[in-house]
Amino acid sequence: MKSFWPFGRRKRVIAKPRLAASGPSGGPVLERHNRRMLLILAHPALQRSRVNAALYAAVADMADDVTFHDLYESYADFSIDVEVEQQRLADHDLIILQFPMYWYATPALLKEWLDMVWLHGFAYGRSGTRLHGKTLLCAVTTGGEPEAYTPSGSNRFPIAEFLRPMEATAYLCGLAWAEPFIIHDTFQIDDAGIAIQAARYRKRLAELIAALPVTNSAPATATAA
Amino acid sequence: MSTDTVLMQALVYLLASVIAVPIAKRAGLGSVLGYLIAGAAIGPFALHLVGNQADVMRFAEFGVVILLFLIGLEVRPALLWSMRAAIFGLGAAQLIGIGLCIAAAAMALGLDWRHAAAIGAILAMSSTAIVLQTLDEKGLRRGAVGSAAFGVLLFQDLSVIPLLVLLPMLAVVPVVAVAGADGGLHGWWHALAVLAAVLAIVAGGRYLIGPIFRFIAATRLREIYTATALLLVIGVTALMQLVGMSPALGAFLAGVMLAENEFRRELEADIEPFRGLLLGLFFITVGASLDFGLLMRHPVLILALTLGLMAIKAVAMSGIARAFRMPWGDARTVGVALCQGGEFAFVLVGFVVGAGVLTSELGRMLNAVVAVSMVLTPLVFLLHERFGQGNAEVSTAAVPDAFDETADVIIAGFGRFGQIAGRLIAANGFRTSLLDVSVSQIELLRRFGRRIHYGDATRLDLLRAAGAEKARLLVIAIDDREKALELVETAKQYFPQLTILARAWDRRHAYELLDRGADVVERETFEGGLALGRIGLQRLGLRANQALRAANLFRRQDRRLFDELMPLRDDEDGFILASRQSQATLDQLLSAELQESVTSDRDRGWDTSSVAEEMRDAAE
Ligand SMILES: Cc1cc2nc3c(=O)[nH]c(=O)nc-3n(C[C@H](O)[C@H](O)[C@H](O)COP(=O)(O)O)c2cc1C
Repeated sequence: MKSFWPFGRRKRVIAKPRLAASGPSGGPVLERHNRRMLLILAHPALQRSRVNAALYAAVADMADDVTFHDLYESYADFSIDVEVEQQRLADHDLIILQFPMYWYATPALLKEWLDMVWLHGFAYGRSGTRLHGKTLLCAVTTGGEPEAYTPSGSNRFPIAEFLRPMEATAYLCGLAWAEPFIIHDTFQIDDAGIAIQAARYRKRLAELIAALPVTNSAPATATAA
Repeated sequence: MSTDTVLMQALVYLLASVIAVPIAKRAGLGSVLGYLIAGAAIGPFALHLVGNQADVMRFAEFGVVILLFLIGLEVRPALLWSMRAAIFGLGAAQLIGIGLCIAAAAMALGLDWRHAAAIGAILAMSSTAIVLQTLDEKGLRRGAVGSAAFGVLLFQDLSVIPLLVLLPMLAVVPVVAVAGADGGLHGWWHALAVLAAVLAIVAGGRYLIGPIFRFIAATRLREIYTATALLLVIGVTALMQLVGMSPALGAFLAGVMLAENEFRRELEADIEPFRGLLLGLFFITVGASLDFGLLMRHPVLILALTLGLMAIKAVAMSGIARAFRMPWGDARTVGVALCQGGEFAFVLVGFVVGAGVLTSELGRMLNAVVAVSMVLTPLVFLLHERFGQGNAEVSTAAVPDAFDETADVIIAGFGRFGQIAGRLIAANGFRTSLLDVSVSQIELLRRFGRRIHYGDATRLDLLRAAGAEKARLLVIAIDDREKALELVETAKQYFPQLTILARAWDRRHAYELLDRGADVVERETFEGGLALGRIGLQRLGLRANQALRAANLFRRQDRRLFDELMPLRDDEDGFILASRQSQATLDQLLSAELQESVTSDRDRGWDTSSVAEEMRDAAE
């Protein structure tokens, strides 16, 4: 059902943030909320996923603090609404990117999202300071086991090396880089193992939220970028 | 007869049922009991508002015929074949086993073995009408209980023919058969006639009915269509009576032959109301035929006999069903459902009394017992539901494939538009139920082996027959503006669980559809136009990715506009004004976009000019 374009009222609420009427320029206005964590999930075939689906489900009830954004569900056609995405980023203090490792990198749509949304003048550059002071956490699952990510293993380099591009991005754009959350060996992990990891994930996210200063720096603003 | 005109009769029957049935239903007694009570009240032995039941009874039995025809429509030949165990195993075991039990009981009461045997055969029959109606009301007809009960009833219908041959042989004093309904057909000729009639129904159903209905449907005259459907059922009934076979069985056979026909759904919907009314009439006549005189004279005896009969049938049937590996809960429910005497008993009693097997005194007694058992069935069923089931759950879940499967998605209108949506959905493994009114369209699709049904999807009964109660999605793709709106309204009101996806003519129609409750609308020309426009851009020299993005942006802008104008849709002037303004805005937007987009705007992610500029600035 979800593959139908959100032309009707019902789907709209699920898939995209509610858009109030806006000026002729079409600048989107996001709903007001107090959530400070934005969890972006990028999995092209969630229906097949074992680990990522379990992680996502394990934190689903944290909706008071977390805005969930299933990227492949919202932009199956890769047609990303840049304004909406920028506003969404600006509205949160903690950005979580959750994805399976594909060819030592992110799935394609997450990369596309970076290319399209993290623009000069928004995320970086002289006037691009909108993401300053936020925190970025990558939650990554890999098929390879921990030993594979060692000099003698099949992937040769430690996992941290493969996440350098994201780390550098965070650095360039003024975000704090949180210690990545990694789950290795996804081909072998059993259900009990997944449950343990899901609990660990939940705990990690809760800790991040709890550690936020109460300054209430950027609760949802109601203006477009 | 106290009231002689047909009109007055109709008045009495209708009034009685309109008063009694809703009250009975409210009180939780079910409609069958309501009809029976109404009948008893107006019958010749109580208020005496209606007289001669024999005529009305014959007319009302037509309700049973229609009932079996409708059931036949649900049973495709392949399914019938798969039910052979229930019919010939369980059915035969029931008739023989219970017949013997009853005969033994009769002998224990001191009757001659021949009388006992005849009574056993007659009372082993159950009432198709009461059983199926009751199971239907309880939602059990399509489950395991329903299948078993139906198999048994079908076998009983089948065995009426041999019984009509065998029972006269039990005559104590041979009498020349007087009651034979066969009008002079005997022995081999009779068998041949039956065979010919069955063949005629099978062949006719397969090869003749289709073209006839196609022809009638093409005229688009509703009432003639209904008339043809009724004609079909009555014709089969007449034919069956001519050869002395059970008309109900013939109708069932005709139904089975038409189960694969594309007109099945419409037929079902057209005949359904007659079934309800005539069955009601049937129950009333049973109620009215309650001989209170006889009851008054031997109240205890008759009640004792009836309860004895029902107890024997229920217990023995539960045992048999259990022997056929049904879970206890289901087995008991089957037993209780089939515990009454049947309408065939009236026919057979008349027949054997005529043939001199039983005395007419005994015959009257049997009739009374059967009628009382029918009246008591709904009550017994209620008691069973309340106390008898214990913790044994009765499975209401449909036995897979026992009857026609239900659909996930109903596609209303399988034309140019509906086909694309429908094929995509079906190709991904969802079961679709297709409805269309174009005969030529249906024929074309049938040739490619698709199951599609003829019918106007705005009709509630047809939607229901297509499975709207269980389906998840309704795709409205009919090419009639008004009908589409009507359909949304109907579906929304009666099947709130359905998600409604509708094809819209244009913007305004789209708003109207949403207003009526459609969940998702899609303007029929939008995606096609956009696709062509995108190709056009490419041919004009844009890179493919650039054209694609332009089209995507266009789509998003347009949909946003659609949402923004939504609140204004009711206000005609405001709407036009706003849409003109927006039109202007959209034009501005688009032209700005086109000028810009060649280098920037939507390509912003790949536009590095600002970075380059900033770096030059910094270097200076
Ligand atoms: C196209 C593709 C590329 C992949 N590349 C890698 C890789 O480079 N390194 C690795 O450890 N696992 C790789 N995998 C395995 C996935 O990371 C693994 O299946 C995924 O993390 C399991 O999570 P899930 O159950 O949520 O789908 C790849 C899988 C696919 C489908």
